[in-house]
Amino acid sequence: MSNKPVQAAIDGWFTLNTDTPHLIGACCDHCGTYYFPKTLNFCKNPACDSTEFSEVELSRTGKIWSYTNACYKPPEPFVAEDPYVPYAIAAVELEKEKMIILGQVIKGVDVDQLKVGQSAELVLETLHEDDDAIKVTWKWQPVR
Amino acid sequence: MNQDIAVLGVGMHPWGKWGKNFSEYGVYAARAALKDAGIPWQDVGFVSGAATMRCGYPGYVAGATIAQALGWQGAQVNTSYAACASGSQALAAARAKILAGECEVALVVGADTTPKGFLAPAKGYRPEDPDWLRFYLGITNPTYFALYARRRMDLYGDTEEDFGLVKIKNSEHGFTNPNARYKKKFTMEEILNSAMVADPLRLLQICATSDGGAAMIVTSMDYAKRMGKADAVKVAAVSTVTPTFASAVVEMPDIATDSAAAAGVEAHSFRAALPKQAYEQAGIGPEDISLAEVYDLSSALELDWYEDLLLCPRGEAAQMVREGVTKIGGRLPVNASGGLACFGEAVPAQALAQVCELTWQLRGQAGERQVANAKVGITANQGLFGHGSSVILKK
Repeated sequence: MSNKPVQAAIDGWFTLNTDTPHLIGACCDHCGTYYFPKTLNFCKNPACDSTEFSEVELSRTGKIWSYTNACYKPPEPFVAEDPYVPYAIAAVELEKEKMIILGQVIKGVDVDQLKVGQSAELVLETLHEDDDAIKVTWKWQPVR
Repeated sequence: MNQDIAVLGVGMHPWGKWGKNFSEYGVYAARAALKDAGIPWQDVGFVSGAATMRCGYPGYVAGATIAQALGWQGAQVNTSYAACASGSQALAAARAKILAGECEVALVVGADTTPKGFLAPAKGYRPEDPDWLRFYLGITNPTYFALYARRRMDLYGDTEEDFGLVKIKNSEHGFTNPNARYKKKFTMEEILNSAMVADPLRLLQICATSDGGAAMIVTSMDYAKRMGKADAVKVAAVSTVTPTFASAVVEMPDIATDSAAAAGVEAHSFRAALPKQAYEQAGIGPEDISLAEVYDLSSALELDWYEDLLLCPRGEAAQMVREGVTKIGGRLPVNASGGLACFGEAVPAQALAQVCELTWQLRGQAGERQVANAKVGITANQGLFGHGSSVILKK
């Protein structure tokens, strides 16, 4: 492990608390619709014309809605390891927010260890490194 | 009030990777449709084109580009863009003009030339663009189709072999189709040994991109009668509804669904909404359908469409393909043309190609892939950004 500083791959999208990280979303002050990525301008619920939102930390656990993996290296802007190592991807349903959020699954877990309906929690892991920093992102970790 | 319009002519340029200008395919298909209809180009009062986003300015104004290439003759022109539903939206525009009495004869046309390799997003650091973001996080197009396929496996017990059966069926259907790009009958062994792309989807279960062109001549029923063609195939419905908030399924290019947490909000399936409105418009139910052309971007996605079209209860689509129900010769053939599996996707032409196939089938002109006693056909497709369509044709 290098001693480069750890930075968020995308600023302001998740808390950098490495033990219990949260995605940072938004919630409409009028109707209670959640947003990720956060939206702070117009509510998308057709029955709500609100322009007032609060930034909120989203639930950090949910249930796996479905999952797959990426057997081939994606094109840029993805920054791949050399040699390329396939990774799993999960879509996780958050109960309180009633929404599904995609993310990579932590390294070392492939599709044969995943199941629809299984619990998963949010963790931070390296997405890639550049010259100056280790860039981390949210990933899903299945809970046994 | 009768909302039918007549399909007097259809035509296509074969799908492939020909590398020519898109307008060449469009003109070729348009001339074939005019010839099929037996009417001169000068009789067309409205040209309704489907745009291509990959061929520069002439592609954005595809209706005009093709009208000019056919020879300006004063017709009104329009160009529609609605992702995979562009062709249907162009058909909807023609239908509206005909039913409003603004024109009697319309040419609907779509054509595309596709680039080689990955469709990658624009460069830079742009996390506010969901398309850029998903690629940065490593989530490519096949991911979404693989998520839907895996969910079928875990929820309904579908298998990789079931998805393989869809590919085998479509490859047999398209084998004799002169307009299809891929004419090869695949075996289960070849399919299950092809490279895994996004588990459980393999290379031979994911559709390619193609060049191609499709066109149709549609007219008022009065005009068809005057031409002695009152018994022409008719367009009975064109549904191009948008989704209803909140989305139940995570869709490309987003990394999250809408939240259905607000009071009075439910999660809705967009795919299921498309044929629902088509059935309502046509006053026809799923029990009346003789055949369907659906968007098999992946072999597994074809099974989702059986259920969205209400051809079987949710979760039972794999049983239909296992029993051969959706094969030509079965009770309800799906993708008799060979589908995207044999064509590859030529975006602005694809929804029209579906309608061309139904027209040939309902006329009894589909040759070796003819579906016996075809009376009513339905198409379905879904694309990006809330676009999708479903068209019903009847005899």
